[in-house]
Amino acid sequence: MLSKPNFPALELKNFHFQWPGQQAFSLDIPAVSLAVGQHLFIRGASGSGKTTLLNLLCGIHRLTKGEIHIGGHLLQPQSGAKRDAIRARNIGVVFQQLNLISYLSVLDNVLLAGEFAGNKLPDAKARAQSLLTALGMSETLWQKQAQQLSVGQQQRVAIARALLNEPALLIADEPTSALDADNRDAFIRLLLSEADRCGTTVIFVSHDAQLADYFAAVLRMENLAAGVVLSNPLSNPQTNPQTETTGEQAPC
Amino acid sequence: MLIRLARQSLWNRRGTALMTLLSLVISIALLLGIDHLRLEAKRSFTSTVSGTDLIVGARSGQLNLLLYSVFRLGSATNNISWQHYQQISKHPQVKWSIPLALGDSHRGFRVIGTNDDYFRFFRYGQQQQLDFAQGQAFAEVYQTVLGAAVADKLGYQLGEQIILSHGVGAVSFSQHKDQPFTVVGILAPTGTPVDQSVHVSLAGIEAIHRGWQGGAPVLGRQPKLHAEQLAALQPTVITGFMLGLKSKVATFALQRQINEFKAEPLTAILPGAALAELWQMLSMVENLLLLVTLLVLIAALIGMMTTLLAAMKERQREMAILRAVGARPWQLFWLIELEVLCLTVLSIGGALLTLTAGLWLAQPLLSSQYGLVISIWPWHSHTGIVLSALTGVSLVLGAIPSYLTYRQSVAQGLVIKL
Repeated sequence: MLSKPNFPALELKNFHFQWPGQQAFSLDIPAVSLAVGQHLFIRGASGSGKTTLLNLLCGIHRLTKGEIHIGGHLLQPQSGAKRDAIRARNIGVVFQQLNLISYLSVLDNVLLAGEFAGNKLPDAKARAQSLLTALGMSETLWQKQAQQLSVGQQQRVAIARALLNEPALLIADEPTSALDADNRDAFIRLLLSEADRCGTTVIFVSHDAQLADYFAAVLRMENLAAGVVLSNPLSNPQTNPQTETTGEQAPC
Repeated sequence: MLIRLARQSLWNRRGTALMTLLSLVISIALLLGIDHLRLEAKRSFTSTVSGTDLIVGARSGQLNLLLYSVFRLGSATNNISWQHYQQISKHPQVKWSIPLALGDSHRGFRVIGTNDDYFRFFRYGQQQQLDFAQGQAFAEVYQTVLGAAVADKLGYQLGEQIILSHGVGAVSFSQHKDQPFTVVGILAPTGTPVDQSVHVSLAGIEAIHRGWQGGAPVLGRQPKLHAEQLAALQPTVITGFMLGLKSKVATFALQRQINEFKAEPLTAILPGAALAELWQMLSMVENLLLLVTLLVLIAALIGMMTTLLAAMKERQREMAILRAVGARPWQLFWLIELEVLCLTVLSIGGALLTLTAGLWLAQPLLSSQYGLVISIWPWHSHTGIVLSALTGVSLVLGAIPSYLTYRQSVAQGLVIKL
């Protein structure tokens, strides 16, 4: 956290995307900058281009024009291999559901993030264990196969995996859609508090407008998909969570 | 790390993986087994006679001569006179000679009339000499030495009396009933046609045919021979003979001399060359067998590819997760290839194990029933190359699902539409 304060967690410049040969759909964002710990809610119905935007932010698809910086690293434009490497180290991803590789143990699923990141933290295992504990996964569950867990437990393991490398950015794609209302709120609180502890900025994508209350900044997909220029997406008046104090809570 | 993932992923799908493994094990074992049997049969075949420089018989083709003199198959075209045999065997280049008189049998096993030199000079395999399991060589007219398989199959012991039949069929109507032979020796197994032979002295052959004319007994004219007559028995004709020379260099010269022998039309052959020719004829069948096996193997490999392709759909989620944590597309390619490699290597190990166990179980049967002595370990100088090639082919075939996974992971991104 102290090592990455100077760079914004996410910075988009002249962001423009269009599928090759298709004119009807485009995504345009002239300039967005998310400070460390400043979480963003992206709201949009299905079919609004959320998936495409996610794949772009993760570096899976190539941006047509413009730049994406993640925690000070240039993600786009870059070669595919570079994008993969930057994603491995600087971006954590939590899916809608079925986040885990079913045949690996809980602990191995979390450690998977470290394996592909290349910069193997020597204490990756200890970190994974403390993350799991912090997320309420007791030690008895660590060696269980992922497919034996409940959906809620699986989502918590997914958070642990997404945070293992202390990434600048955590991208969550409708992670609460498989949870009931009580679990949903608990999940979001847990996600945001853990992200704050790690100094990770969360980008949360959902169609569910109710969840926007948890976030300081909201971006509406409709604006992007229509090609409308959106200069300041940080429209939620709510104050940012306290990024400064998070550094002291060590065992992240 | 990819290796661990591949291993655990295979273990997760162990049901289908096991079936794939099984079909691969069977087809690889088949391939190696047929290759092994082929080479062992060839080795066993070409080692039926060794150290013999020339085989001589009445004028005929070299295969015919080889078949009846060495493999006890078919019949001689004509006899050779004893005088001419004596004449040639005294040639200065000849070190030793073994006369052979064929044409009789005992319950389907060929009878060979010969002399002591057979047990002294005959060599098979790597210059191995004939050994006696029990007893010793015949010393008298009505004594016989049995090959290992004859004694084993017919259950003969030393001292038993046997009756020889005229002709070479399993059932013969003219038997030398009045002149039984006593078993005085049983040879150790050799894995060659020697095991299937009944050996008697040339005098014995002469004795049982005394009074015969034109291949049939002349009625009422088969006198019992007295001891003095027996002692004086001299063979008049033999069927062929083997020669060992003092110097290999003389082989071709002597062969030509025998082939141009004026007094009688003779053929001399080099056993090695004749064996090679015979083997070449047989290798047609063997190549066909190998081809069929190869096709079975390819079918098994395609089966493996099909299983991998079928698993692709259900593994989309797995691949998306791996992509999300930063796996490069080529790493996913190698993940599938590693599974292929894993399956192939396991199958090869399994096949070698299965085959060795199978050979170990089958060996006693093969050696007792067919006279085939086969080594248990199915590894030859080229087996490593064959197995590497096999691994290569399976990786090439595995590259198809691997590449499709690669393509899919690039195109699809992180969000899988279920």
